[in-house]
Amino acid sequence: MADEVVLLDFWPSMFGMRVRIALAEKGIKYEYKDEDLRNKSPLLLEMNPIHKKIPVLIHNGKPMCESLIIVQYIDEVWKDRCPLLPIDPYQRAHSRFWADFVDKKVTEVLLKMGTTKGEEKEAGKKEFFEIFMILEGELGDKPYFGGETFGFVDLSLIPYYSWFYAIETLGELNIEAECPKIVAWAKRCLQKETVAKTLPDQKKVYEYVEQMRKRFGNG
Amino acid sequence: MAHEVVLLDFWPSMFGMRVRVALAEKGIKYEYKEEDLRNKSPLLLKMNPIHKKIPVLIHNGKPICESLVIVQYIDEVWKDKNPFLPSDPYHKARSRFWADFIEQKVYDTARKIWATKGEEQEVAKKEFIETFKILEGELGEKPFFGGEIFGFVDIALITFYSWFYTYETFGNFSIEAECPKIIAWAKRCMQKESVANSLPDQKKIYEFTVWMKKYFGMD
Repeated sequence: MADEVVLLDFWPSMFGMRVRIALAEKGIKYEYKDEDLRNKSPLLLEMNPIHKKIPVLIHNGKPMCESLIIVQYIDEVWKDRCPLLPIDPYQRAHSRFWADFVDKKVTEVLLKMGTTKGEEKEAGKKEFFEIFMILEGELGDKPYFGGETFGFVDLSLIPYYSWFYAIETLGELNIEAECPKIVAWAKRCLQKETVAKTLPDQKKVYEYVEQMRKRFGNG
Repeated sequence: MAHEVVLLDFWPSMFGMRVRVALAEKGIKYEYKEEDLRNKSPLLLKMNPIHKKIPVLIHNGKPICESLVIVQYIDEVWKDKNPFLPSDPYHKARSRFWADFIEQKVYDTARKIWATKGEEQEVAKKEFIETFKILEGELGEKPFFGGEIFGFVDIALITFYSWFYTYETFGNFSIEAECPKIIAWAKRCMQKESVANSLPDQKKIYEFTVWMKKYFGMD
């Protein structure tokens, strides 16, 4: 029986991008549906009644929600190729820990930077660099967080790179100057077709953010 | 090879309790080390330099942090006994989704019930009840969230039960009146030795919270 895979998503969402990369890594054909988050489709509300958020993966009619849970599901179902998580339980726990760190810390600090002004925003910017320096420490001299191959942690973090131009322009910061290893790692990831084809252009993301700011009157 | 298992913990922590329940379910012998969170041990700071929090499981010298990451690790290493997660990827993803829902929704709201007053406390109580009603819906007529067997979602949630008396007393409300199925489920879980032996007495938690509020000037 052919697999029917549908992804409910929103093109600038880093969470959606994680799922797109995972599907691409595994070579899975799927139908992409872009949601209008101001006017959520009945399908989205039916498939994710709890959070009403994207991304949602619908596999043979059954929904999966929360990006990192979806990625682990994809890894387990299509386990014959391109493993995203290590096999060893300790290494798996290590990967989950760092993906959780990215999920909690990076998202939170970006929200802080995007929705505050003055001193609070400056504190947010400082925290942003602290978090990325911790990530640089974890990366060390490895080509990827996963070691020699692109893996779960890389996938959870790389989508934020598509937001870097927006973050730098609006935040008046230079990420490469402070975190050169992270930018080098990101460019290495962008050499992978699955990542390059998935991540939207940084300028497009910036235009979207500007549009949001005008609409919601931020900053 | 004999396993050396050490748990750095703090007795009232619902996150630490999850790991205690998981270890008990698998029948794993371990050394329990109580941390003084006002004076964290060099071992804790070394084993969890990123978050500096408990619980930390140290298995043969290697640390694993974040309670649900630890519980999954325990399930994967000691896989021959009492599996916590279903083997089917879809049901596994559903279990992870609900454990994540509990992570997102329960702790912060519950904390506000004993830590705040007035309007903030009323909002927290309302949200707490809404969250637990959603969980009641997910439980349905099943004996456990895992179905016939106590599993990952049950482990993630049951530890909050030891704090129910605290929430009810400070919040001046009855959880059983609002969510009788949850209380019935919790009592069912408490019949399991692994749970009953891992959760502290509800009154002890209340006394601890009263002391903590005085100590930190939160009254």
